[in-house]
Amino acid sequence: MQIVEKAQLMTATEIDRTVQRLAHEIVEKSGGTANLALIGVRRRGVPLANRIAQAMRGIDGVDVPVGTLDITLYRDDLSKVAAQPILQSSDIPFTVDDKDLVLVDDVLYTGRTIRAAMNGLFDLGRPKRVRLCVLIDRGHRELPVEASFIGRTVQTSDTEIIEVRLKEIDQEERVVLVERVS
Amino acid sequence: MSYRFGHMLGIEPLSAGEITFLLDQSKPFQEIQRHPLKKLATLRGKTVALAFFEPSTRTRISFSTAASRLGADQMNLQAESSSLKKGESLLDTVRTLDAMKPDCIVMRHSSSGAPDFVARNLALPVINAGDGTHEHPTQALLDALTIRDRRGTLEGLNVTILGDILHSRVARSNIHLLTKFGCRITLCGPAMWIPRELEFLGGAKTSIRRVTRIEDALVDADVVLTLRVQQERLHEPMIPLDEYILQFQLTPERMRLAKPDALVLHPGPIVRGLEIDPAVADGPQSCVLEQVTNGLAVRMALLFLMTGSGADAPPEKDSSHAAD
Repeated sequence: MQIVEKAQLMTATEIDRTVQRLAHEIVEKSGGTANLALIGVRRRGVPLANRIAQAMRGIDGVDVPVGTLDITLYRDDLSKVAAQPILQSSDIPFTVDDKDLVLVDDVLYTGRTIRAAMNGLFDLGRPKRVRLCVLIDRGHRELPVEASFIGRTVQTSDTEIIEVRLKEIDQEERVVLVERVS
Repeated sequence: MSYRFGHMLGIEPLSAGEITFLLDQSKPFQEIQRHPLKKLATLRGKTVALAFFEPSTRTRISFSTAASRLGADQMNLQAESSSLKKGESLLDTVRTLDAMKPDCIVMRHSSSGAPDFVARNLALPVINAGDGTHEHPTQALLDALTIRDRRGTLEGLNVTILGDILHSRVARSNIHLLTKFGCRITLCGPAMWIPRELEFLGGAKTSIRRVTRIEDALVDADVVLTLRVQQERLHEPMIPLDEYILQFQLTPERMRLAKPDALVLHPGPIVRGLEIDPAVADGPQSCVLEQVTNGLAVRMALLFLMTGSGADAPPEKDSSHAAD
């Protein structure tokens, strides 16, 4: 079973421009940043959330708080993940009650990760609103989950995988479309 | 680096890496204890059999709460009110439980080696909640987590263990664990309770010494682990309690010999005025309540690792792109 790179979808510059645009969109569509908070879904949602918060500092001058959420304990498909998942801690240093939350993740696919993330969030309190921001929406939803803020929508097939590589985690910066070839 | 644990029978066979992994994996479960809603659905549909052939309150409640908070169901066997009184053998008892298809069994037994025996006879993950005088692995893990959280490390600490070490599985598990991290162990108590053989635990590179005076034992200690006096053993030749208090009670004066930031640990239940002075038991150096909270986190982590979905899948090094 091999993984073959089929196409590069985004370069480093394109990722950065998209992050800037997403930050602007979120500020625009939130009626202000007073109650806003970002929650990065581990792993790659975390650097994305941090970058969006950083961009927001440039726009509004406001520090939007960022939390990190590990969804491993809330997954419904642990046996399909194959590996023994390594737990990380969630770290949300603010109360979730009455907050206008934006979940941030790299790729939206079946929607199960976001379902699990919402379970995690609601264990912490009662947010006023939860919206979703993703870098890539690749379709194939299996649950009624939708993103309010999307970097790019990409049509994919089931054998394809979209890999978002970010320098904080992968030591390179690009989005690639790969395929499993047996 | 991820590890698999088929059983958790003792600390002795584990490597420092495996222990560090278990402590790290306990951290998310410590965090969950601070949520308003502490219940997860992670082990929903799984059943944890709690087979306590020896009385226990804190350990049993801890494992039971750990299972509940993970969403698992429980089978509860308690020795006092069971068919063991009718003469049923250990093997028959666990086979009966096994026939009801639990996903793991947590057991405490008065015979050293009983969990190992069960592990060899059943195809079921076994967690040792204390066997005879042999081991109590989850206690040592929660003690280690407590020490590591407070001191930042487990490496090279001076650890003093006080009391009836001869009969203590808690002491043995702790000695196994802490020596794997290069800690220097001092054992202190009435001579008949500190067998010479304990100096040889853990192999050539470990540093374990026995002393008879508590003052010598406490100088420069980083951690003081106080064991309880097992008064249920009063029928055996034993030091009079007054003598024990005079010579071995952990008092504030004696604690001043230890390092100023030394930690005081106790597996419980505490008898204030016997092995420990109330001022020490309730003072700022005492970690007893944290131990209990950490015990819940450690047991949740173990139940998750040993019975969670994916527990029987082969380990992979990097699952970072497996999520959707």
